Amino acid sequence: MEAKQTLNIDKIKKDFAILQSGANGKPLLYLDNGATSLTPDVVLDAMNDYYKNYNANVHRGTYFTSEKATREYEFARKKVAKFINAKTREIIFTKGTTESLNLLAYSLCADLKKGDEVVISQMEHHSNLVPWQQLAKQKGFVVKYIEVTGEGRLDMDSAKKIITNKTKIVSATHVSNVLGTVNDVKCLARLAHDKRALFVIDGAQAAPHLPLDVKDIDCDFYCFSGHKMMGPTGIGVLYGKEELLERMRPFLYGGDMISEVSFNDSSWNELPWKFEAGTPNIAGAIGLGAAVDYLINIGMENIENYEKELLQYALEKLKAIKGVILYGPKEVRDKGGVISFNVNGVHSHDVSAILDREGIAIRGGHLCAMPLVKDILYVNDVCRVSFSFYNTTEDIDELVRAIENVKELFKV
Amino acid sequence: MEENLDPNWVGDGSYEDEIYKENILDHYKNPHNFGNLENYNIKHRKHNPLCGDNIEIYVKLENGKVTAVKFAGNGCAISMAAASMLTDYIKGKVLEDIKKIDDKAVLEMLGIQLGVVRIKCGMLCLNALLQGIREMGARNAAVKN
Repeated sequence: MEAKQTLNIDKIKKDFAILQSGANGKPLLYLDNGATSLTPDVVLDAMNDYYKNYNANVHRGTYFTSEKATREYEFARKKVAKFINAKTREIIFTKGTTESLNLLAYSLCADLKKGDEVVISQMEHHSNLVPWQQLAKQKGFVVKYIEVTGEGRLDMDSAKKIITNKTKIVSATHVSNVLGTVNDVKCLARLAHDKRALFVIDGAQAAPHLPLDVKDIDCDFYCFSGHKMMGPTGIGVLYGKEELLERMRPFLYGGDMISEVSFNDSSWNELPWKFEAGTPNIAGAIGLGAAVDYLINIGMENIENYEKELLQYALEKLKAIKGVILYGPKEVRDKGGVISFNVNGVHSHDVSAILDREGIAIRGGHLCAMPLVKDILYVNDVCRVSFSFYNTTEDIDELVRAIENVKELFKV
Repeated sequence: MEENLDPNWVGDGSYEDEIYKENILDHYKNPHNFGNLENYNIKHRKHNPLCGDNIEIYVKLENGKVTAVKFAGNGCAISMAAASMLTDYIKGKVLEDIKKIDDKAVLEMLGIQLGVVRIKCGMLCLNALLQGIREMGARNAAVKN
């Protein structure tokens, strides 16, 4: 099947300097978008503009550049809010999904105790597992795991069984960074809310790839990172329902997040600044705002449809290679543009190293999901390709040819 | 050997493009000394969090000399071949000489150069071995005291 090319990929590729200049003297064939996306020039320009033309701190100065910086920083927040259908004051800038999830774990678990339960899934990235696991050790509550089925989907029967009146928080990934599975987050939200539990979503792998509406999902919190959605590193987002954020205690204390401070006590700033202590990543937020504009301009539905075509094409091609073992769902239904696999008899690191010699960037290893890879997939490591809208079916043909080369070199 | 963190480093000139040489692939597919020992003086497991590779090395000593050595674990061609070659190399050697083995010596055994990322694969077994020796030394010192 040829992808229908709903997008003008040749034009899109020109938006990314790195796709023009290449890497290590070769054109870059980038298939590690699950780790980080490439950054279009408009995002770089927006950040440069801040540093070159109105470099100042926000929320403080009464001079021109500081006011301009504050306006741009807050305008970026507004863009992000619109992008996921939230209110502006429900958008908190963090340094990434990991910090967003840690903020939630520390703030929401403060009053949990023995007998309480937090439910996550077996397919979580370490960032949505370790914070809850470690807080559980401190507070004495228990972490329970929604099981993953043989075909790499969440077992919703298992979810129904383990989300009970003891459950205080349910936290799950929207799209698995290993399996590509798109989870039924609306159903999980209902299951959690039926038991009066809060529902948190790790959306790092979803935000760049599909249209998002947090009101429609009815999640209580949604976390994602700028650098996986065409923005810069070091900026991320925590969305939370206004009434919940109002009730929560701050995570980091310091400047900007306070209202009044005396030697004996402090009171907190209003939302969203209550959760943004210290000078924020101003250029990063502005860059993220530009990234959101860029994505909206292409259209999230267009991106989702195009990447599905790529996924279909890649699944068919990879399935056809003898000795390639695929993990996760084998059809495009409820699956994002992520494919994990192994080449029988070759370690993932060797596969990725040999592909690198041809300018093809893929990921090998445990993908920051060691429990899933080791205890559910029963392997030590996997190779992963993850697509974005600047990838093409030709890229996948190159990938397939390179995997054949690996097999030849290793005589497998 | 210190890690080379120069961002512009692309090799030292002697860098051979092909790290997947015939002999490395042979050692990977049919590693020497693979398995474990029931009687050993040194046993140490080392894990590479980057890629999940892990190696456990077992060494049996008699009069300060290596009389048996095995390794178990899993990893990429580079880490497995390095372990296979290094365990061959230390057989019959005295502890004092083994302690002197450095990254450069392992690279010479492999006959290749490795970049800042893959060097960790190549040195996984050496690091397990050296750390195991140090821990044995510490244990023995504690017993004497």
